[in-house]
Amino acid sequence: MEGVLNQLPIGLSIGAVLLLIALGLTFTFGQMGVVNMAHGEFIMAGAYTAYLLQGVGFLVALPAAFVVAGLMGLVLERTLIRRFYGRPLDTLLLTWGVSLMLQQLARDLFGAPNVQVASPAWLRGGIGILPYNRLFIMALAAASVLAIWAYMNKTGQGRRMRAVMQNRRLAATSGIDTGRVDQRTFFIGSGLAGVAGVALTLIGPVGPALGTYYIVDAFLVVVAGGLGQLRGAVLAAAGLGLLNSYAEFWSDASLAKVVVFVAIIGFLQVRPQGLFFVRSRALT
Amino acid sequence: MAISEVTVRDAELLAIEEINAAGGVLGKKLEPVVEDGASDWPTFAEKATKLIAQDKVATVFGGWTSASRKAMLPVFEKRKALLWYPVQYEGLESSPYIFYTGATTNQQIVPGLDYLKEKGKKKLFLVGSDYVFPRTANKIIKAYAAANGMEILGEEYTPLGHTEYSTLVNKIVEAKPDAVFNTLNGDSNVAFFKQLKSTGIGADQMPVMSVSVAEEEVRGIGVDNVAGHLVAWNYYQTTDTPANERFVAAFKAKYGADKVTSDPMEAGYNAVYLWAEAVRKAGTTDVEAVKKAAGGVSLDRPEGRVTIDGDNQHVYKTARIGVVQPDGQIKEVWNSGEPIKPDPYLKTYSWAGGLV
Repeated sequence: MEGVLNQLPIGLSIGAVLLLIALGLTFTFGQMGVVNMAHGEFIMAGAYTAYLLQGVGFLVALPAAFVVAGLMGLVLERTLIRRFYGRPLDTLLLTWGVSLMLQQLARDLFGAPNVQVASPAWLRGGIGILPYNRLFIMALAAASVLAIWAYMNKTGQGRRMRAVMQNRRLAATSGIDTGRVDQRTFFIGSGLAGVAGVALTLIGPVGPALGTYYIVDAFLVVVAGGLGQLRGAVLAAAGLGLLNSYAEFWSDASLAKVVVFVAIIGFLQVRPQGLFFVRSRALT
Repeated sequence: MAISEVTVRDAELLAIEEINAAGGVLGKKLEPVVEDGASDWPTFAEKATKLIAQDKVATVFGGWTSASRKAMLPVFEKRKALLWYPVQYEGLESSPYIFYTGATTNQQIVPGLDYLKEKGKKKLFLVGSDYVFPRTANKIIKAYAAANGMEILGEEYTPLGHTEYSTLVNKIVEAKPDAVFNTLNGDSNVAFFKQLKSTGIGADQMPVMSVSVAEEEVRGIGVDNVAGHLVAWNYYQTTDTPANERFVAAFKAKYGADKVTSDPMEAGYNAVYLWAEAVRKAGTTDVEAVKKAAGGVSLDRPEGRVTIDGDNQHVYKTARIGVVQPDGQIKEVWNSGEPIKPDPYLKTYSWAGGLV
């Protein structure tokens, strides 16, 4: 019985991990419509940033990873993705290629074996079934959501971002430099992946293949939550986390994956646009 | 090539270099052709075909997961070419065109279970990746447990590459086993040990016996997370033999002082030497002649004396149980005393009757 109760916080903590890896995608995929297969590699870049900054301190790695992954995203957007807007299939292939190249780059730079990132001492131990590192990830996810919400709703930049997302052409006609907004959106979206990468070093492997383990789950959350919808992503991540937790508890990990996929497919039959969506007159 | 495969290749290249430096085989230098199976089973079969048909290689050293070996097996049998497979595996196989230089189950898993039994660990929890090696290994473990009065409290599989272990760890915590038998593969071990560690249950309370965690993996997992837990292999970097001293020194000289050596690397390294010895004995690289000559070939290797069993093309190996040390090395706490005759079908074990 205790096990069943334990699955509730476990499910929420799985949800927090899902939310953290998907937050960046709600920007790049959700708002800009870019199917960025290299998102997982930005997560990986964040994890390696934590590895390189081990002596400096775990908390320093968070903003550093945001900047590193953000700049990688910015370069990707400026050099390649910019030329492929409105061509989702080409973007998918393009970013998939970039993802493979980044994995090989990591292999060349850091070697094929996993590297060790020691958890900071203050994250060892825990309360009941929930270790401190899981609680930290939940807090980090909550803080990230809050920061994004404030940015989108309380700043001029955020307003312009939403304007471009809702109706790109009208925003452009109103004098918004949509190119700049795109750059900024991509920087933030990729940067958030970097932050997720730092957090994942607490619970998972740090190696060249890291991104591939999380990319599918990240897309699932965004699709189920509704494109570009912050609250959708939060609810979808929590829901999927709990579903995963209980499905695995009552069956096994392989079957739990099947259950989650089937649930999402079923859900999208009823609500093809996800939990939440913007009713907009824009045709795109 | 993923986490561990690269290091096996490096060890094999070292062996080739050493053999060439000592004059080669039958007056000829060995020339390596390296292909990457990309951790993808069909690719292994495709590359094997290419090596045999296009490069016309004398023999192939390689393969990692059992799935990769199973994918290559028909290729080698059809083309009557030779494969040297360097990884411990689940047994129950004996292809006439494969030499198995890693442990079969009676040289690794059975000794691992013997050790747990000796230590009074009666209740086990089985954790593995969802593919052929863990599922077969666990069948054997369950048969052993039934015959030896041990209880299996749970048997769980996770998809390859799985990284979310909180639910599984919760199940283990609830079941309260004396020990966990771990057949997870690759990166999943990192997530499993990190998440197990954060529950605060230590190796002294509930040791995890792993059969796919060697020195190389210990580093990726993080020594803190795995120190004190048990592993079962035939070789450690710390194994005390003259041949191992030379192997470790040569490996570090070639690839860097910070590198570690591990069981699969040593088995790959041995494979090249065993093949070269068989070729010398046969006087040719012809596959059938080498196969015939290989039986009885016996060498002093880093793990101790190894001898090819001509009947099943496996190798006599000494089983060693080790404990992961805080410095990342593995300390041997038990060994079988002498090389164990390979028995891939466990024919000499009465409890294993229903398995084959």
